[in-house]
Amino acid sequence: MSHTTVDVSALIGAYPFRELPHPDAGTLIGVLDREEIPRAWVGHLPTAFHRDPGKGNESLYRELAPYRSRLDPAPVVRPDWPGWEEELVRAVDERAAAIRAYPAHWGFGAHHPALAALARACASMQLPILLTVRFEDSRQRHAIDVAGDLPAATVRELARAGTGARIVVIASGRATIEEVHWGLTPEERELVWYDTSWIWGPPTDDFAHLLRSIGARRFVYGTGWPLRLAQVTRANLALLPPDLRDVQLVDPMEWRNT
Amino acid sequence: MTDARAAPLAGPGPLIDVHAHFYQAGSGRASWQALNASRLEAGDRIGVTWHVGSILGSWGATSPTYFQSPDDTVAGNDAMLQVVDAERRRVRAWVAVNPNDTRFALDELERCRARGAIGIKLAAARRASDRLLDPLMRYAKDQHFPVLHHAWQRRPSWVPGQDPSDALDLCDLASRHPGVAILLAHIGGGGDWSHTLAAVRDVPNVYLDLSGSGVDRGMLDQALEAVGAGRLVWGADITMETGLAKLWALDVIGVTPADQEAIRWKNAARIFPAGAFPGLAA
Repeated sequence: MSHTTVDVSALIGAYPFRELPHPDAGTLIGVLDREEIPRAWVGHLPTAFHRDPGKGNESLYRELAPYRSRLDPAPVVRPDWPGWEEELVRAVDERAAAIRAYPAHWGFGAHHPALAALARACASMQLPILLTVRFEDSRQRHAIDVAGDLPAATVRELARAGTGARIVVIASGRATIEEVHWGLTPEERELVWYDTSWIWGPPTDDFAHLLRSIGARRFVYGTGWPLRLAQVTRANLALLPPDLRDVQLVDPMEWRNT
Repeated sequence: MTDARAAPLAGPGPLIDVHAHFYQAGSGRASWQALNASRLEAGDRIGVTWHVGSILGSWGATSPTYFQSPDDTVAGNDAMLQVVDAERRRVRAWVAVNPNDTRFALDELERCRARGAIGIKLAAARRASDRLLDPLMRYAKDQHFPVLHHAWQRRPSWVPGQDPSDALDLCDLASRHPGVAILLAHIGGGGDWSHTLAAVRDVPNVYLDLSGSGVDRGMLDQALEAVGAGRLVWGADITMETGLAKLWALDVIGVTPADQEAIRWKNAARIFPAGAFPGLAA
C-alpha cells in the first residue's frame, strides 16, 4: 500500500456541460509528474454520455497509445448493449486496467441484472469495475443532465450479488461510503474500494473519520482530473491529523498479481 | 496538536480566510469544540494568519440556520466573539444578522462592532435585491464594513430552508450601495459559478470569495479572467482541503506572485476596516 501509485479516477476528453482546460493525455502526464503520481487509469469522459460506447473506447485507446507506459485505459462496457461481451474482450486485448460503468446514466435501477452480469464477466478477467457517483455537484447541473448521483443502493446490490468483481466507487462522499460499507457483510466489504477525490477534510474531518472507522485499506488514490483540481487529495492527505499522517492507501497495481 | 515546526502548506506569507465558520455549545452538535479546534489546527498547517469567522445562530438547533431568531443571533454572535477573545492573534468576527427585523439587526451590528467585529455576514433570510437590506448597507458604509453575503450561484426560484441570493441579486445590491465592498460567498459553494462570473464582471464593488467544496478545473482561471486578481479573496468555508488545493492551483495556472498576494490577503486587508488585522497593512 502507498499514497500515490495510481490515480484511479482520471479522464480525458471534453465534458458536455462546460469547458475543461486541456483535458488531453499529454497534459495529464504533466499533472501526474507535478503530483508525483506514477500512473493513472484513464477513462474517456465523452463516452459516459454516449449510447454506444464502442467508438469512444476507440478514441481512448488511440489517444492513450503514446503514453501507455503510464496511462492505462479504463474503457466503458455497457452490458445492455448488443455485443458488449466483445467490447470486454477488446478491453482485455488493449490491456485495460479497469472497466467503467455508468448505471445511472444508462437508466439502470439498483437491481438491474445486466450490471451483475458485467461484474461477473469482469471478475473472470481480473478487471475491476469503476462506478462513478457524480461528475459535478448536483447543484450546478445543466437542465438536461438528469441522471442524478449514483445511489448507494446500486453499489450495495452489486456488491451483494456475489460476482467476485472488485468494485471501485469514484467521487463518493462520506454519506455514500458509509451507507455502502456498513450495508455489506464483512466479506462483501472486502471487494469494495473508494477513491479519495470527493471526501471532505477539516474541519469536519470526514476523511480522517473514514480512515479510522472503515480503514485505509478500503481507499485508493483518485483525483477526478480533469473535472476537479488534482491537488485536492494531496491536500487532504497533508491535512490529516498527526496520528494518520503516515497512512497508506491501497495500491491497486497489486491486484494484478492476485 | 499542531506541528509548529512544519512549513505552512500554502507557503510563506500572510493568508486571510475571509469565510470561516465556527460552532457553539448551542449548535446541537456534541463535537462543536472539536470542529473549532480542527479548523484552527488545519489553519496553522495551511498557514492561515487570520480566520474571519461567523456563527449562524444555533446552526438550526433552535431556529433555522438561514432564518435565525433574535435570541439565536445574539447567542451565535456572542459565541463567535468569545472565540475571538480566546484567539486574539488569529481570529476575527463577522456579525451575522437576520435582516428581517431591521431595528434589532442594526442594534446587533452596533453591539458586536463595539466588541470588535469587523464586518457583516448576511445569509439567506431575505434576498439581496430587497430594499429591506438598505439600512444595514448604510451602516456598513459608515463603518467601512465589508458585507459577506451567502450566495447560491444561479439560484433556482426556490430552495428549501432559505431565500438565497445569486450574483444578479448581489449586483442589484452592490449597484444601490457602490461604497460598500460586497463579498459574494463561495463561488465553489454550489450552483453554477459560470453564471456568477458573467454577472459580476462589470460591478466593481462585488468581490468573489473563492471558498466552497467545489474545485472545478477552469473555475479559478475564468474567475481571474472575469474580474481580475484585484477582486478575488481567498477563503475556505467548511472544507479546508479544497481551500488549500485552490491556493496550490493558483501557482499552477500562472498567477503572478503579486496577484497571489492580493488574493491571499491584500485585497481583504484593503476592504476591512483599518487595523482589522494587526501586523498586516494593504
